[in-house]
Amino acid sequence: MHTRTSQFAAAVAASALSQLALSQTPSALSQTPASPNLARNLAAQCANCHGTNGKSVTEVASLAGQNAPVIVQKMKDYREGKLPATVMTQLARGYSDEQVALMADYFSRQSK
Amino acid sequence: MNTINRRDFAKSVGALSLISAAGVSGCASIGAVSSAKAKPKVVVVGGGYGGATAAKYIAMWSEGKIDVTLIERDAQFVSCPLSNLVLGGSKSIGDISVAYGGLAKYGVKHLNGEATGFNATKKTIFLADGTTLAYDRLILSPGIDFMLESLPGLASPEARSKVLAAWKAGPETVALRNQLVAMKDGGVFAIHIPKAPFRCPPGPYERACQIAWYFQREKPKSKVLILDANEDVQSKKGLFTKAWNGQFKGLIEYRNNQEIQDVDANTNTLKMTFGDDLKADVLNVLPPMRAGNIAAMNGLNNANKRWCHVDWLTYESTAVPGVHILGDSLQVAPAMPKSGHMANQHGKICAAAVIELLTGGVVNPTPMATNTCYSFIDDKNVVHVASVHHYDAKQKTMLSVTGAGGLSPEQNALEGVYANSWAKSIWADMLA
Repeated sequence: MHTRTSQFAAAVAASALSQLALSQTPSALSQTPASPNLARNLAAQCANCHGTNGKSVTEVASLAGQNAPVIVQKMKDYREGKLPATVMTQLARGYSDEQVALMADYFSRQSK
Repeated sequence: MNTINRRDFAKSVGALSLISAAGVSGCASIGAVSSAKAKPKVVVVGGGYGGATAAKYIAMWSEGKIDVTLIERDAQFVSCPLSNLVLGGSKSIGDISVAYGGLAKYGVKHLNGEATGFNATKKTIFLADGTTLAYDRLILSPGIDFMLESLPGLASPEARSKVLAAWKAGPETVALRNQLVAMKDGGVFAIHIPKAPFRCPPGPYERACQIAWYFQREKPKSKVLILDANEDVQSKKGLFTKAWNGQFKGLIEYRNNQEIQDVDANTNTLKMTFGDDLKADVLNVLPPMRAGNIAAMNGLNNANKRWCHVDWLTYESTAVPGVHILGDSLQVAPAMPKSGHMANQHGKICAAAVIELLTGGVVNPTPMATNTCYSFIDDKNVVHVASVHHYDAKQKTMLSVTGAGGLSPEQNALEGVYANSWAKSIWADMLA
């Protein structure tokens, strides 16, 4: 019931809103993510501290508009303990290289 | 609903809200209604960490193509995280309050009112003032309510205004602060902690620190008594006990396995299950908690009749289709705390899923979530616990990522700065 209702509602909504096209960030990666909005969804986890879409409203670093390779390297350094931090060394170890690359790509495309 | 022929339905397509309001039998007449501009409707109940985030992100990510209404009974958001600092005296209630006005720029309609119930078949939600709203997807983020049936002495509002919980930030936070200020030096503040699970596992222990910090400066002969129904400290144990045995030595006493039978509000007395009654000058009782009323009273509390089971990909209730639940009302996944940060993450995963469900897209099969939870020891020094959670397709739940997350090595002032930044940032992520 649950799944069928969901699919049903989705089908109806799709017909009713044929013009609706949500913005999707094209991934620079060759590998297609399972969900077209995966990079956006992953990056949204960072917003609690780094601001919506990576635009910080505090002294915590903005991620919006940063170079993707820089973000990737920082995450790698946090993960390996080369870059000291209070929380990021612990959080960085929760993500795969592919996930970090998706998030970094997403943030690099956001306006500063 | 599942018996309807999809092709028949397509003839009358559009006007999702009308379809919802009219129900299945109304389909035939809907075809006549011009509805090319009808947007799917999402109604969110509860403007806290979960609900406000979901409302903002659905409106923002759908670029206004989904109609979002946020129903919230309070005029402004008051944060539970950091509210213990109001008790300690280093922050005011104004410091932890945020207006809802910032959501308007995303197109979120903010309705100041109390949602009382909903009809999941007709897809309508009712407000206390008699308003009825139609929805295509309903998102409930109602937080917690108390299981007062287990404490008859707190049944009346009068009793609860004397023996406060102050576990929903707002007027009760201020009232408890006033009780502490009015207390004589040499008095005893006692906090009773219910058996887990409860909202904000480290919260009671942070509260004890904040009040001890206040006593230390203003009322040094006074004492904080922590009466925990649990066998042990539920979060950040080593970090809290270090402070209790260190800077707050002699000010804080911790007692485990302290179950209570009832509370006598007239005399500020706890009726203990074992041992003598216990009286305090200021008594703070956190009653056992369950999912918020609108969830618990409408059959969504299918986990031990207390919390709500959801599909972790969409946050849709496993009890009632079309209704999504966020935050502290959930039957948590393993190692997932009932925290504001977590509710904000629920809100975003749910927002993404609801947009996909309403627009025929693909629901993300691999959601991730983080938790970062700061606790203030005094006005400047802070400790944290952090974790990362991923969806496990086999177990159909969120599991914490092995090797990630952790605690502060010790309390420190740098994290005090970050904790204040965290608050400013997450409030903006929800409401600005």
